Amino acid sequence: MTDQLFDALIELADDNLVLGHRLSEWCGHAPMLEEDLALANLALDLVGTARALYSLAAEVEGKGRTEDDLAYLRVEREYRNLLLVERPNGDFGHTILRQFYFAAFMEPFWSAAAAGSSDARIRAIAAKAAKEMAYHLRHSGEWVVRLGDGTDESHRRMVAAVDALHHYTDELFVASPAAEAMAGAGVLPRREAMRAEWDRLVGQVLAEAGLTAPDVPWPQIGGREGLHGEELGHMLAEMQYLQRAYPGATW
Amino acid sequence: MYSQGLIGADGRTEESPEFLEAFQRRIDAEEKIEPKDPMPAGYRRTLVRQIGQHAHSEIVGMLPEGNWITRAPTLKRKAALLAKVQDEGGHGLYLYAAAETLGVSREEMTEELLAGKAKYSSIFNYPTLSWADIGAIGWLVDGAAIMNQIPLCRCSYGPYSRAMIRICKEESFHQRQGYEIMLTLCRGTPEQKAMAQDALNRWWWPSLMMFGPHDKDSAHTEQSMKWKIKRFTNDQLRQKFIDATVPQAEFLGLTIPDPELRWNPDKNDGRGGYDHGPIDWDEFWRVVKGHGRMNRDRLAARRKAHDEGAWVREAALAHARKRKARAMAAE
Ligand SMILES: [Fe+2]
Ligand SMILES: [Fe+2]
Repeated sequence: MTDQLFDALIELADDNLVLGHRLSEWCGHAPMLEEDLALANLALDLVGTARALYSLAAEVEGKGRTEDDLAYLRVEREYRNLLLVERPNGDFGHTILRQFYFAAFMEPFWSAAAAGSSDARIRAIAAKAAKEMAYHLRHSGEWVVRLGDGTDESHRRMVAAVDALHHYTDELFVASPAAEAMAGAGVLPRREAMRAEWDRLVGQVLAEAGLTAPDVPWPQIGGREGLHGEELGHMLAEMQYLQRAYPGATW
Repeated sequence: MYSQGLIGADGRTEESPEFLEAFQRRIDAEEKIEPKDPMPAGYRRTLVRQIGQHAHSEIVGMLPEGNWITRAPTLKRKAALLAKVQDEGGHGLYLYAAAETLGVSREEMTEELLAGKAKYSSIFNYPTLSWADIGAIGWLVDGAAIMNQIPLCRCSYGPYSRAMIRICKEESFHQRQGYEIMLTLCRGTPEQKAMAQDALNRWWWPSLMMFGPHDKDSAHTEQSMKWKIKRFTNDQLRQKFIDATVPQAEFLGLTIPDPELRWNPDKNDGRGGYDHGPIDWDEFWRVVKGHGRMNRDRLAARRKAHDEGAWVREAALAHARKRKARAMAAE
């Protein structure tokens, strides 16, 4: 039980950190100042949630590891994040669509956890994250509509973004053995149970944006087993550089 | 951050003596000048230039520190740095808004920056080469910015002074955070301490240059002081900064890279202060004129963000227009 709770928390923490890190790459480079601030806010939310989840995982594990040990001292095969969140930022449209797909899952997921988790610590993390995700969902959903509907160029770019990212979305609903066990124990919501709400939210926004979800003959799945694309390793090499170069130092 | 001693402000003005005297009486009475109030053209021009340079400095200043967000050594540091850089963007936003009250648009100011015509604080044309630079920037660069900016909270122009009050609170938080990074490094391993010393060596002199040329070489200080846009001269502010910072460096166990730095009990009207060695003004002007290590890269990064974001801004406008048209058609 403890091992599985630890594993399930790490999966969620990795999703949040990896996506938060990706968003933080925009800082200083966004299409307009207001979005620079907004993307930094989203990144801060996700990094904050990741920290809470890693800390809880470390506590559950009880081996004296810290949030930073978990974030900085695991290699890519040990990272358990979804493939969707590690995708490179691409253009602003890709970043926004990736955020929208993620938030359309996490908002209902955290809301369900806040209401129904048997673990009070998870309810607390989830309550905060659910509120944040409601904002991410609104912000990214509005942008998907704006960009899908805006100009010929923005529409073309959003079609390309849907094409590039949609086949990573099935993985949102896949439960690892740890996630399955935690759902069975009432600690975390069942991922598959978010499907109807996700379909509704995504269907509505894509329709309003004049975009269509493509058929996905072969969904990309593997992050929960540490089977990533090639980009994650580079991201971790950058992120972990100081901890790796100066082992044991305090920062 | 970060106003640098204002460069190239032109306070010349052509109003009638009666108008100027009436204006000066309001200034001398410490009345705040508000956007719709009559003001001399030179006052307006000086402020547009100063607030614009200040806003650009905040925005360009996001780049050197942004360079370490993805490499911050702990999650706490990562979040704090991201929040700090975000604050600087927010400062840029308030300041552009303050400048807009004087009749210049953010778009115009941005065009000037991207065309290389508008100045920003030269300190950001130096590269961030190690994590300790993030500490040194917070401690020294935000620290110098505070020295410059606290008097600006009392600036005669209302919108600028109000923006500065809000900004100064955040800057002093940045300064403490930067110092705390330095303290952690100085209490860490020998390699970390060497990293901190190296950062101080590289950032010390550029930080002193942030206050601008010596008073004797600063052409426009006098008029700006008379209009209470500026309250202290460049040299006064620089001296305050040095006097405040040297003991902080001593507490860290770091050495200020100035062999001529000495306590002088007669300075500051007998209260004492530090004498310092000569500042390399050739370097200052070289960097101001575009030949620092990072000048080209900074502008290139701003231009790239602007150009690559054009389709997003256009799409947002187009969508807003379409929505309006659809709403009207539905009525
Ligand atoms: Fe600032
Ligand atoms: Fe600052």
